[in-house]
Amino acid sequence: MPQIIVKNLVKTFRVAERESGVWGAVKGLASRRHRIVRALDSISFTLEPGELVGYIGPNGAGKSTTVKVLSGILVPDSGEVRILGYVPWKERIQYVANIGVVFGQRTQLWWDLPVIESFDLLKDIYTVPVEQYVKSRDELIDLLSLADFLDTPVRQLSLGQRMRCDLATSLMHSPSILFLDEPTIGLDAVSKIAVRDFIRRINRERATTVILTTHDMDDIEALCNRIMVIGNGKILSDGTLSELRSRISNERHLTVHLANDGIDIEDPDAEVIDREENRIRLRFDPDKIPAATLISRIASRYPVRDLFVENPPIEEIIAELYRTIK
Amino acid sequence: MRMIDYLNLYFRYIGISVRAQMQYKASFIMATFGNLLMSAVEFFAIWALFDRFGTIRGWTLPEVAMFYGIVNTAFSISEAGVRGFDMLPNLVKSGEFDRILLRPRSAAFQVASLELQLLRIGKFVQGIVVLAWALSAVDVAWTLPKALLLVGAIGGGVCIFSGFFILEATLSFWTTETLEIVNAITYGGVETAQYPLVIYRDWFRRFFTYVIPLALVNYFPALAILNRPDPLGTPEIIKWASPLLGLIFLMVTLQIWKIGVRHYTSTGS
Amino acid sequence: MKAYFAIISARFRMLLQYRAAAIAGFGTQLFWGFVKVMIYEAFYRSTTTPQPMELSQVITYTWLAQAFFTLMPFRIDAEIRRMIREGNVAYELLKPVDLYNLWYSRAVANCTATPLLRSIPLFIVAMLWLGMQPPDSIASGFAWAASMVGAISLACAISTILMIAILWTISGEGFMRIVPAMVFVFSGNILPLPLFPDWAQTTLQLLPFAGLSDLPNRLYVGNIPPEHVIFVLAHQLIWTLILVAFGRWLLKRGTRIMVVQGG
Repeated sequence: MPQIIVKNLVKTFRVAERESGVWGAVKGLASRRHRIVRALDSISFTLEPGELVGYIGPNGAGKSTTVKVLSGILVPDSGEVRILGYVPWKERIQYVANIGVVFGQRTQLWWDLPVIESFDLLKDIYTVPVEQYVKSRDELIDLLSLADFLDTPVRQLSLGQRMRCDLATSLMHSPSILFLDEPTIGLDAVSKIAVRDFIRRINRERATTVILTTHDMDDIEALCNRIMVIGNGKILSDGTLSELRSRISNERHLTVHLANDGIDIEDPDAEVIDREENRIRLRFDPDKIPAATLISRIASRYPVRDLFVENPPIEEIIAELYRTIK
Repeated sequence: MRMIDYLNLYFRYIGISVRAQMQYKASFIMATFGNLLMSAVEFFAIWALFDRFGTIRGWTLPEVAMFYGIVNTAFSISEAGVRGFDMLPNLVKSGEFDRILLRPRSAAFQVASLELQLLRIGKFVQGIVVLAWALSAVDVAWTLPKALLLVGAIGGGVCIFSGFFILEATLSFWTTETLEIVNAITYGGVETAQYPLVIYRDWFRRFFTYVIPLALVNYFPALAILNRPDPLGTPEIIKWASPLLGLIFLMVTLQIWKIGVRHYTSTGS
Repeated sequence: MKAYFAIISARFRMLLQYRAAAIAGFGTQLFWGFVKVMIYEAFYRSTTTPQPMELSQVITYTWLAQAFFTLMPFRIDAEIRRMIREGNVAYELLKPVDLYNLWYSRAVANCTATPLLRSIPLFIVAMLWLGMQPPDSIASGFAWAASMVGAISLACAISTILMIAILWTISGEGFMRIVPAMVFVFSGNILPLPLFPDWAQTTLQLLPFAGLSDLPNRLYVGNIPPEHVIFVLAHQLIWTLILVAFGRWLLKRGTRIMVVQGG
């Protein structure tokens, strides 16, 4: 039974156009022109409970618009949305008690209050029963290692600490669905890993459905089985990571370390992508030439010290996909 | 969500606000003093006018002081409590309002609880002082109903002014910079209500009676308390029902607020 | 000089964008002025004792005060306030111009852009329909115009001091509330100064704030004869010089002990 149902969702915005210069400003006193932007162009998808989905797309593609509609704070022009049986924007107060939302750029904690007081306040806002709250809170403090700065005002926390607190806050009331909007943005490597581990764990242990929007492909690779790609308001791809990969291209990359530099590699079935001193990267299509064949051919012809095969970085796949949008 | 939950939450919120303001004690004291001083000077101007002119169309200083006292006491209470709505344009701009909508509580409640402006105590004290003096100086035969009416007048005033602040904030959902006009009517309304309604032109008087029932919450109750017949012949019953009408005005503004929120969620930020 | 002009024109453009604000502001002044006029009418009707000013003069005075309300230093430039609160004021110091002059020009920009949107329409409307009289005489008119220049420079000096005062974030906050209130009262915006009690008149006339609105208005209605414009201008000039000097001194001290509140 799908938990989240989205059907033919459409959302347009009117954007005012302003002219520059003083004369433009005076004209602006009389009338303003508007442009219609189709942020969501009839998108549809469903999610089962417990799924961990990546939602990616270029800037302006409609990611945050989608999250806003699904979280109930934006009313669409047309289409159907049913989440946990609710229509999000129609029954806002009852609905939002079941979801958690984290915006990467903005915190939901009170700026001047110690972290623990923010937690307490939210317990009252969500009317979480005391025992449930204490258990949930302590578990989250432990999982996210928050104990050291519980008494620190939020404004004094580092970005990584704040994000962990925001994650804890969003789960304090044990929601069934978690929306994460760019949760790892601006974080250092260690924090990113901590956040990813946490999300994976929560999804597994609490069966929380997670929708993750991000630009960081490492997040995607680490967490998501299912990826939805949105561009220009349309869903371009909806499936697993490998399906996405094969949709764009079947290519693989072969990186070769040569014994000396200054050597060029030429091969009929492989194309050089880049080179750096004695390291050369080639792309090839494994359907045309099996990796093993290519490797032995290269190794026999050139002084190879080391080589390995890998999938192209997901950024390139996505970049390719974005290019097809333009 | 039960009423008791909301009440508990409200006190926690304003506790936070008060503590934050108390952190800057010196600034708070100066601001409160400034508020008191400004109010005192305003009344001084009124006093100066009476000093020169004696009466205003037959109404004496103590009587006008009573109007002044009721209005300013009520206004300072709603300023203290509902000024959180002033922040609405900033909340919208910063995205904080989205966060408010994501919480399972009434949006209006959350915005109102953001701040309890303590400095308004300055004006409140001044208003009470003037009211106390007025009550001692006027010639009134006090009865329990009259005393209750006085309290009701203040309560009704709080409702109306709170309604103004909410309305002012609601407008910011549509345009970013028209807060001025409602602001003008609010402060203009305060100044208007400080004097007996009769001195104003007809259409003006009617506006402040029927469209914005400001007159209802202090002029008419004052008439009843002073036992003065209304020169305009308004029936007695209106005088006594007026505080209730203030409450109705507040309810209307809250409905308009809901429309404003609906508009916001339809157009995004 | 070009830099200052650029600031003024940028401000102009920004203010024009908020067309709703312009209309709303106009309505505001109209409403307030109207209420005041009705109150004064009622008072004047209640007595036959001669007063320091006639009713028609008081009415004109009131409309003048409303029309040029936006010139008065009643509020602190919100941008500057935010800039200081967020610690960005350091960027202001990096600009290759004298900071006092920069902020003074900002004040001038605020003074000149808004009046054209509000003051002139209000002036016209009040003159046509709301009982405002033309200047008492041609000489009065010129005297008034001259004193308005003085008023603007005085207003900007006070504005700049207010901007600078916020550098002292803690005590500056309280100061910020009292000074604009004082300015409001003592410039004649609550009550024409001559209508205050006689015993207060000397003090009121000596204060700098009289030069902001009261003195020019009284020149206009003839309550101060046009020949006395020299005294008015002297009053405004002396106070402007004092306040500019004070402002500069304050700024020097302020930038030294500036508390940069990080965010």
